[in-house]
Amino acid sequence: MPLRADMMADLCRIAPELILCVFGILLVALEPFVPSSSKRALGWLAFSGSLVAIASLWIVARHPGPAYGGLIQVDNFSLFFHGIILGSVAVVILGSINYLCEERLQRGEYYALVLFAAAGMGVLAGAGELITSFLGLEMSSISTYILAAFRRDARKSNESALKYFILGSFATAFFLYGIAMTYGATGTTRFTGIAQALSISGPTLLAVLGLGMMLVGLGFKVVIAPFQIYAPDVYEGAPTPVTALLASAPKVAAFALMLRIFYVAFGPVQHIWFWAIWISAVLTMCAGNFAALLQTNVKRMLAYSSIAHAGYILVAFAASTELGIAAVLFYLAAYALMKIGAFTVITHVGGRGERHLELSDYAGLAKKQPAIAACFTLFLLSLLGLPATGGFMGKFYAFQAGLDSRIIWLVVIAALNSIVGAYYYLRVILTMYFREPAGESGPDAGLGSEIEWMPQPVAASIWVVLIIAALGTLYLGIFPSRVMEFALRSAASLR
Amino acid sequence: MTLPILLFFVFAGIAVGGALSLIFAREPIHSALALILVMVALAVLYLLMGAGFISAVQIIVYAGAIMVLFVFVIMLLNAGVENRTQHSIMARWLGIPLAVFLIGDLAYWMARGAHALPLAERSGSLAAGPVSTQDLSLHLFQSYLFPFEITSILILIAVLGAVVLARREP
Amino acid sequence: MIPTTHYLYLSLALFTIGIVGVLTRRNVIVMLMSIELILNAVNINLVAFSRAYGAVAGQVFAIFIITDAAAEAAVGLGIILAFFRNRETVLADEMDLLKW
Repeated sequence: MPLRADMMADLCRIAPELILCVFGILLVALEPFVPSSSKRALGWLAFSGSLVAIASLWIVARHPGPAYGGLIQVDNFSLFFHGIILGSVAVVILGSINYLCEERLQRGEYYALVLFAAAGMGVLAGAGELITSFLGLEMSSISTYILAAFRRDARKSNESALKYFILGSFATAFFLYGIAMTYGATGTTRFTGIAQALSISGPTLLAVLGLGMMLVGLGFKVVIAPFQIYAPDVYEGAPTPVTALLASAPKVAAFALMLRIFYVAFGPVQHIWFWAIWISAVLTMCAGNFAALLQTNVKRMLAYSSIAHAGYILVAFAASTELGIAAVLFYLAAYALMKIGAFTVITHVGGRGERHLELSDYAGLAKKQPAIAACFTLFLLSLLGLPATGGFMGKFYAFQAGLDSRIIWLVVIAALNSIVGAYYYLRVILTMYFREPAGESGPDAGLGSEIEWMPQPVAASIWVVLIIAALGTLYLGIFPSRVMEFALRSAASLR
Repeated sequence: MTLPILLFFVFAGIAVGGALSLIFAREPIHSALALILVMVALAVLYLLMGAGFISAVQIIVYAGAIMVLFVFVIMLLNAGVENRTQHSIMARWLGIPLAVFLIGDLAYWMARGAHALPLAERSGSLAAGPVSTQDLSLHLFQSYLFPFEITSILILIAVLGAVVLARREP
Repeated sequence: MIPTTHYLYLSLALFTIGIVGVLTRRNVIVMLMSIELILNAVNINLVAFSRAYGAVAGQVFAIFIITDAAAEAAVGLGIILAFFRNRETVLADEMDLLKW
């Protein structure tokens, strides 16, 4: 049976997801036939799969419009998010290859799960309907639960996965109850249909309760207060490349869904959700920054820092203007780059068995491996928000959007928080450059502990990841206008 | 009181009773049996609503397959009785009243919200009533074909997860 | 015909019991079962609304949710098994390597 033209167009609109799933299935099918000495090749296959998916965005861009009767929406907004998600996933795969070899975990399933998770996030970015987006959310969540447990023998990894799973599925249940109530209140689950129904009926109680429940569910997924408690544990316990993934792509995709639900479906009742976002933004920023001050484990500190960044993104979210949405998009792009970069450095320094995660392990890193220290400094400065980095421009646009919409107090609180944040980022930089490494390293140091601990030589794939992340961060910081223009066009296509 | 209403109250009562014994039972295996009871009672309620297919799926997949998995894992782990310890004192004195308050609040608002629903049964404009299984399958395989295909990947992910998490080390 | 609100109250009751179960029980398997209870509460809502609107969509969603529950249960029990192998416990408050 020949494919009809409209079916063909629909397939083109979901091309990246199709490609990711095909490569994922291919990986699983090939896994038993690849000898364990050359499992590394599966990683490169997955990487090329993600590159093909990125390339397929050109096909998607040529077919704007709804697919499958509006279940999927292809517009600039969806393209922008696909770009961030697929880019992050490609880089994370590259950063995992070496790590998995060292931990003797090199298996095709790992990469297949990453690709399936990416496909789910792609569905999230493009969904035009609640049930489809729920299934996309589950695709990415369930894959990441398994990935968090991937170091099966490490107790921390087990524990992190179990916490992540229980709280994640609890959050999903809330999200579903919210969907059911919204469906009951409006009779539809399509975003545009909900908006229509709400603009006729006004904010009915059931719909608002539904929105509240969905906010609880989404709050867990994008890690905003008061639903952030689990995140540091999960990020600390998961294998570091998986942490890099968790902190970037799924969060970005969940923000895409949150933007669509709040601005498209619940756009007519904006005045009701505005304060919820405002309060959550303040709580998130403070919870992230003040807790990060107390950490001595760098991996855990960066986990708290990503909570704080979700708070800054909410500032732009609360602005409720097109500039605000564009600022969210820009911030997410910059955020994904610097987080992946920073966690890749931690992957490298952590070494086999992730033994070197403490702040003291970073002492004197600038002398041992100056290039790594320089990259880490760049990412930390970008997280801090120093000019000429992507993080600065992200904050700049976010605060500008906030000031334009006259939510001045929120911007003031955010600015104060960035100053608090400067302390813990600078502390790491100062440790790397000015502190002498201590003699012993960790509890396993015995009599021979006078020998100074050296990080392993840097693998080529790690270099590529760091260079991509560093160049991207600088590009967004120095030439932000092109990306920002695209973000503005994406924001316009949302409405 | 007509027969359907009577049936509703009987099986709703069984469902709520089962749910309560789920969370109060001390042996995990009793909790699992209570959950199976809840699911069977709900299957009857789905039949009352004219959702025959969902009712069958509820029994076959939920009570049949998923719960067997639970029972199997409980037997495998042989986890035994869970002692009540001091750990959850805070949860008891702070958490439960808070939860009860929040949920009471929610129930109140939901009750008010539900009465303002623009439902067909009140306006009588739509032919509200049972949905045929044929209708259901047409929707599932035509309008919702894309999410249906997503669920196939979802199941594949679950299989992969089971393989990864439970495999024996070489 | 039984009014839709009856079903909504039943669903709310199960939802509440499920939440209390997740928050108060320490055995992770029972926590997982409480989550399943919440998913069942969602399904009651969806099927009831589907009947009230005379629309099929709600029932289609219920099928998707059952599928998802199956996938989630399989993965969740797998994670619990892996955890139990290393720690010989399924109690939530003995997860203490990472500060909550």
